[in-house]
Amino acid sequence: MTPHILTRSLDRAAATFILVVATLGVLIPLSNLLLPQGSALHVPTYLVALWGKYVCYAILALSIDLIWGYCGILSLGHGAFFALGGYAMGMYLMRQIGSRGVYGNPVLPDFMVFLNWSKLPWYWYGFDHFAFAALMVLLVPGLLAFCFGWLAFRSRVTGVYLSIITQAMTYALLLAFFRNDFGFGGNNGLTDFKDILGFNVQAEGTRCALFLLSCLALIIAFMMCRAVVSSKLGKVLIAVRDAESRTRFLGYRVESYKLFVFTLSACMAGVAGALYVPQVGIINPSEFAPGNSIEAVIWVAVGGRGTLVGAALGAVVVNYAKTFFTSGPLAPYWLFMLGALFILVTLLLPKGIVGTFNSWRENQRSTGIAADEASAAREDGVRAPKMAE
Amino acid sequence: MFANCLDRLRALLLSVLLLSCFALPALAGPFEDSVAKFANDEFSDTEAAIGEVASSGNPLASPIISALQDGRLSADPDSKKVFITKTDGSIIDAATGAAVDKLPDNAAAVRLNNRLRRTVEAALGGLTLLSPDPAKRLAAAQSVFKSHEESLLPTVDNALAKETVKSIKQAFAEARAAIILFKSDATDSDKLDAIAVVKSRGDQEALALLSDLGTDQPPLVAKAAASAISSIQSNLAMWSMVQNAWYGLSLGSVLLLAAIGLAITFGVMGVINMAHGEMVMLGAYTTFVVQEVIRARYPGLFDYSLLIAVPLAFVVAGAVGVVIERTIIRFLYGRPLETLLATWGLSLVLQQAVRTLFGPTNREVGNPSWMSGAFDLGQITITYNRLWILCFTLAVFAILLAMLRYTALGLEMRAVTQNRRMAASMGIATSRVDALTFGLGSGIAGIAGVALSQIDNVSPNLGQSYIIDSFMVVVFGGVGNLWGTLVGAFTLGIANKFLEPVAGAVLGKIAILVLIILFIQKRPRGLFALKGRAVEA
Amino acid sequence: MNVMDTRATSAMLYLDGVHVSFDGFHAINNLSLTLAPGEMRAIIGPNGAGKTTMMDIITGKTRPDQGTVLFDGTVDLTRLDETRIAELGIGRKFQKPTVFESQTVQDNLLLALNVDHSVRGTLFWRGSKAESERIDKVLETIRLTDARNRLAGSLSHGQKQWLEIGMLLAQDPKVLLVDEPVAGMTDVETHLTAELLKQINKNHTIMVVEHDMTFVRELGVKVTCLHEGSVLAEGSIDQVSSNERVVEVYLGR
Ligand SMILES: Nc1ncnc2c1ncn2[C@@H]1O[C@H](COP(=O)(O)OP(=O)(O)O)[C@@H](O)[C@H]1O
Ligand SMILES: [Mg+2]
Repeated sequence: MTPHILTRSLDRAAATFILVVATLGVLIPLSNLLLPQGSALHVPTYLVALWGKYVCYAILALSIDLIWGYCGILSLGHGAFFALGGYAMGMYLMRQIGSRGVYGNPVLPDFMVFLNWSKLPWYWYGFDHFAFAALMVLLVPGLLAFCFGWLAFRSRVTGVYLSIITQAMTYALLLAFFRNDFGFGGNNGLTDFKDILGFNVQAEGTRCALFLLSCLALIIAFMMCRAVVSSKLGKVLIAVRDAESRTRFLGYRVESYKLFVFTLSACMAGVAGALYVPQVGIINPSEFAPGNSIEAVIWVAVGGRGTLVGAALGAVVVNYAKTFFTSGPLAPYWLFMLGALFILVTLLLPKGIVGTFNSWRENQRSTGIAADEASAAREDGVRAPKMAE
Repeated sequence: MFANCLDRLRALLLSVLLLSCFALPALAGPFEDSVAKFANDEFSDTEAAIGEVASSGNPLASPIISALQDGRLSADPDSKKVFITKTDGSIIDAATGAAVDKLPDNAAAVRLNNRLRRTVEAALGGLTLLSPDPAKRLAAAQSVFKSHEESLLPTVDNALAKETVKSIKQAFAEARAAIILFKSDATDSDKLDAIAVVKSRGDQEALALLSDLGTDQPPLVAKAAASAISSIQSNLAMWSMVQNAWYGLSLGSVLLLAAIGLAITFGVMGVINMAHGEMVMLGAYTTFVVQEVIRARYPGLFDYSLLIAVPLAFVVAGAVGVVIERTIIRFLYGRPLETLLATWGLSLVLQQAVRTLFGPTNREVGNPSWMSGAFDLGQITITYNRLWILCFTLAVFAILLAMLRYTALGLEMRAVTQNRRMAASMGIATSRVDALTFGLGSGIAGIAGVALSQIDNVSPNLGQSYIIDSFMVVVFGGVGNLWGTLVGAFTLGIANKFLEPVAGAVLGKIAILVLIILFIQKRPRGLFALKGRAVEA
Repeated sequence: MNVMDTRATSAMLYLDGVHVSFDGFHAINNLSLTLAPGEMRAIIGPNGAGKTTMMDIITGKTRPDQGTVLFDGTVDLTRLDETRIAELGIGRKFQKPTVFESQTVQDNLLLALNVDHSVRGTLFWRGSKAESERIDKVLETIRLTDARNRLAGSLSHGQKQWLEIGMLLAQDPKVLLVDEPVAGMTDVETHLTAELLKQINKNHTIMVVEHDMTFVRELGVKVTCLHEGSVLAEGSIDQVSSNERVVEVYLGR
């Protein structure tokens, strides 16, 4: 009986979440485009872009929750997949600049002209087509995750070891992308974008469309995650998280499961990065910094891991707080707060906001049920079966 | 630069004065004629003039040639008079040394071409060969070695005969050999001797000299030169290996120093402390504070600042470690991923705290005198600070090993990590041992900070740059095994320095990271993995 | 020797000359043992005798340094990993009960069912009537029908033991390796477990490790006593328990 109630209520939470995101996705752009500047309900364009950024972060958080919350894989390198997706999109946007760059070279991006490069490196080929770039957004992070995961999971690297090598992975990429001769703009990264699919990236309409798209992507990602975790595969993932070797003895190929969610999650992170770049207008190597990845993990922890909704919520809440504090006089204290957040959440709120709320509600319900049962048992004159301890 | 120039001039003057005492008879009318040749504006005449002036022994020779080198020598083609504009702007007549008010209108700077520039350098070298300052003589000998200016042979012979300092005498001998090697009328046997001398010098310059020799030599000489070249080359290759190895050892010692503390907290206790780097940073800032106090109050003690800082850094970082263990980590035992997140948060807090207290920029931490400077070993240079850090690291390592093995705390630590419940039931206060162990690991990180403050920038980000490397070392070496950490640190350090010349610094580092990632796939438990249930649990 | 070999090929499990050492400690020494199809075998032996390690070897958790381990007379188990061995039909109950604590009893059994275990299969899985009937039956057998929706973590120790046996039933392997199934059970539960195992034995081969002599006696099957990693004695429970060396090993320590 309980699981039906449970799934139904979870479904209700999921539906609510989707509804909220969809509503915001429509209302915010509408208010920006239709309401006059002075109106109290008008959302200024910069806020649209800012919230668009939060939505991308929420997708990243979902991707982390999928592997950490459900499969126990704590990746400290998910920022790398996010950044790779972002770079793939950035490369498309760079190619769209065409001869409008400072040096006016129709093919080469400005930084290559500046480095005296005479022709486009082979790995930049094809990025002038949106479809190709979109494919790469999925493929590059996915492929990296697949190769990395294949090596790591097959050799049963788990727990903190896995966390540390994912961190080393993003660190290595950070160092590589900082290099000018790597061909991705060195430490300036890719920026000064002009248009996307022919629309000016700065224009209000484009920003609103990007926001809407991000919300859509969040909904799709969320539904995908829901589908995965509520299938039998989701149960296997939880089994792997709780007792990996036991799952093996039941005849599950644990490394395949891990590889599947890890790759899926990396693709999601890549999409998040791809949507992020046109909205913030820049992608540079600092996105690979280990600190970024680990910060994304704390969003999930704050929201509640293993809840999906919580991950998205955590991303928005923490980043809203970050914007709020870092733009005010409290800026020097933000890092204290972020640090304290890491400590306090792990010590005092290990289930996160949503997880704690869920278990609180569960408690309420189960005491309710227990009371019901007890009264029913009394009526029947039979004692509730007592299990041997 | 300017002061340096003046210095050199003063020394030159002095040396030329001295020289003139020996060679008084050479002082005569021809000096004016020689000087006048500068006014002909012909490179060949200028060359002759340089030779004659340099060997004249006249006290003005050195100022003239220095002025020529710096473009401060000008000549009036009509009156054939030559003038020196001194560095302070005053003008003298080059032939007489008499002061002149201003340059004649048509006076122009004496021109030089590249060949003449070399002649000038050689001449200056010759002029300082007899300087009373040993360092100047040595420098002059080196410059003659490079220029192998034939005209200086008598001067070199003279200097060689008089020289008493062994190393400079050697340098003169080499300079002489260089000259003879290029002297067209030297006999084959003289040249063979010269090649032997140059070969025994065995460095990059000897190689360059021999390679310059050209092919038009008598067969015997050419053969000897070729064999000397290849022998020097292999010698140099060997030294460059030695150099890489030394750099690698040095980097390895830094890695080891940063990782030892982690080997205790992560390796022995299984606690993953992302704030480990910040313990290192605290140690470095402790050193900074100690030095500030010493500078302000007891300047005489500066050389002892590090000796004072070491115990203080241990106490500061160790105390912070104990506090962290008692307030945070204690509640997270058995939850490594949560520990990781909480300690990362802690590292942010510590960094920001230090940034608030000391500012975001680098703070100046000085080297005591015994830590600065360098010495040569064969063909490589070893700096004292790196050497001391290597020794210090090994000492810390040895003390730690001894501590774990022979002290009561060490015994308790090992007991607790091997079987917590058993240890507890035998009356060991496990939570006290936990706190002390964590404090020990942190304290050692603090000590590492003292040493690292000597070679790295002391800034709030100091620790961050070490954390990934330290983890790599511990994981690579094998968790729970101090010897593994030692081997891991030096292996990574040396591998890094041997890769660097091939791949460049950044690519080398990336390559190492990738290799470690691959390595961990192969041996997830590191080089010296413990096998057994304790590890799996 | 030759005769032994031909018999061995018909054995369900065949171990010969197996050695394992951990950092120089010889946990298993020249261990040889055969288990015929349909047989139930009880393994006894003092703590540290190597009983669990033997199961680790059979299930692929530990690789032997030397020796032959054959399943069904033909399959070399030393080359396979845990997943593959489980797929072949060797199920295991651990000494320390390990169930998936954060999932319900029913889901634990669902996970154990021997259906398609591939990523694709589980992703597109849709429950069938046959599956839920099998789960119902197992739940009944292990007396946990009432607790089917409880989280496994909230069960008592004895119930967890049973749940694990239930998972073995759902897995429906050819060979069941059962490590100390009655530790922490009341006498009544112990008795029920013995009955259950005997019932399962009707169509499965079973190897059960247990210290509890009353339980072993109740099973009434052939007993093997391990000591220091090799077989010390083999025979009926009365033969083994009257064996001088067995008594020495058990009491002399
Ligand atoms: N992975 C391992 N690492 C080290 N020692 C082990 C390992 N597995 C088992 N042992 C040792 O092997 C011996 C046999 O253990 P085990 O098979 O668990 O005995 P039991 O018969 O009580 O089940 C014990 O001494 C145990 O400590
Ligand atoms: Mg056992």
